[in-house]
Amino acid sequence: MTSALLPKQTAAALDVDNIRADFPILQRRVHDLPLVYLDNAASSQMPQAVIERWVHYQQNEHANVHRAVHALSEIATREYEGARDKVARFIHARESREIIFTRGTTDGINLVMHGFGRAFIQQGDEIILSAIEHHSNIVPWQMLCEEKGARLRIIPMNDAGELLLDEYEKLFNTHTKFVALAHVSNALGTVNPVREMIRTAHQHGSPVLIDGAQAAPHMAVDVQELDCDFYAFSGHKMCGPTGIGVLYGKAEWLEKMQPYQGGGDMILSVTFEKTTYNAIPYKFEAGTPPIAAAITLGAAIDYLSNIGMERIAQHEKTLLNYATTQLRQVKGVRLIGTAQEKAAVLSFTLDGIHPHDVGTLLDLEGIAIRAGHHCAQPVMQRFGVPATARASFAFYNTYTEVDALIVGIHKVQKVFA
Amino acid sequence: MSDGRQLYQEVIMDHNKKPRNYGVLADANRRAEGHNPLCGDHISLSLRLDDDLIREIAFQGETCAICKASASMMTANVKGKTVADAETLIQEFRDMATGKLDTLTQPHHLGRLNVFAGVRELPTRVKCAVLPWHTLHAAFHETASATTESGDF
Repeated sequence: MTSALLPKQTAAALDVDNIRADFPILQRRVHDLPLVYLDNAASSQMPQAVIERWVHYQQNEHANVHRAVHALSEIATREYEGARDKVARFIHARESREIIFTRGTTDGINLVMHGFGRAFIQQGDEIILSAIEHHSNIVPWQMLCEEKGARLRIIPMNDAGELLLDEYEKLFNTHTKFVALAHVSNALGTVNPVREMIRTAHQHGSPVLIDGAQAAPHMAVDVQELDCDFYAFSGHKMCGPTGIGVLYGKAEWLEKMQPYQGGGDMILSVTFEKTTYNAIPYKFEAGTPPIAAAITLGAAIDYLSNIGMERIAQHEKTLLNYATTQLRQVKGVRLIGTAQEKAAVLSFTLDGIHPHDVGTLLDLEGIAIRAGHHCAQPVMQRFGVPATARASFAFYNTYTEVDALIVGIHKVQKVFA
Repeated sequence: MSDGRQLYQEVIMDHNKKPRNYGVLADANRRAEGHNPLCGDHISLSLRLDDDLIREIAFQGETCAICKASASMMTANVKGKTVADAETLIQEFRDMATGKLDTLTQPHHLGRLNVFAGVRELPTRVKCAVLPWHTLHAAFHETASATTESGDF
């Protein structure tokens, strides 16, 4: 915990103190102690500019979109569609109509399960998933398999939490119809080599969905470079609000897919005999969308882009390296997830102490981490633990906060000593 | 010191390291399993009832310290009591943990179990403390399993 371990500040390094001043919630105290928020993989915090965007919308711009001819509706529509354009630029989609607003990553994956899976997956077909998936990228496919008589094939991982690419290749056969993969593991932090894995899948004729919930907030994402067919992520993990997410889909797939939900806005014409669906992306946005949340997500994207995703990734990487070094020096710590390529997630267990007790005792020190199975029970089973404690970092976290975590862990161990 | 921390220091030092009645009864005539699906915790209870009397009781499981200490103290407390008396304790413990019973001002039979009043300061952990008691209730009623997510919890 000496300053000698800190990396040298470079010109491009983040001014974290200034950044933290943008976040009102980071100024608050918990249990009468400064809040140390290390649960960013679950949900991130929102800067003032983004909060204000929501308020400004409600105070000045709110009306329903794509409907009325009055001024407010026009403004709301323009801002809502403007947010779609921002998302498209942020992940380098070819066109904005490839961006569907959803409720979140889970909703996006379910949309693909219904729209693609139920239309194109048949009895005897196979869907490939990885052993590190979040439940949200397992359960929808399991439901589909049950309905269709299809089956799941699972890419195994090694003890570091890295997927075995040789085994992945071997899973493909003539029955393989779809691949669904996490870009970054929420429980282990592993960054999967998705670009290569997508290429492999395409060589075997399988489209690929990437669960980008843990990647989009922490690194630059280019869906054209990845060449993924679908990419899903959530607003609330990237300084945006809850209740909004994004599904990117290649237009050629979205055109062929069946709608997810029926209702208003997703139709061109309705009679009791037949409904003609609207064009993409509206075909997939039934009902009044989360307009305020989408516009606010647009502001969050502006905020992140102004800082720069490369700088965010760089800061989080140095923070992860520092935290990993510090945590490894604590006796009785077992790190779960030690992949070469990792996002700023530290999953760990303490000998003889249940992760929930770790979580509660750290909370009493003002330190917010997650304890549990992280909605990734197969991952927990693979490592032979019921649960882990997980500290997950964002660009606004500091070395001082890492030090607070380490001191907190020592205190937890003292209670159990 | 906060009640939450005090709860930890008082119950963990003792019951987490040396849980009472830990294990499985070979000659049990009642058994029940308790699950907390939110954290994956699991506890199993085995009892030997002589008519209405709890002659023997043991617990085993993979749980956090709060759940383990609660189970340990529960078994120590109800052993030798009647089912009716144990049911009273179950009700009072649940009421205390959820804030319906103020053990400082209202009459109760909880005795040292009173230390778990501190769990109210840790709302996310109330279920951990109550799970063994819920499981005991299930054992009396010969329902094979209890979960923290059932409606009457």
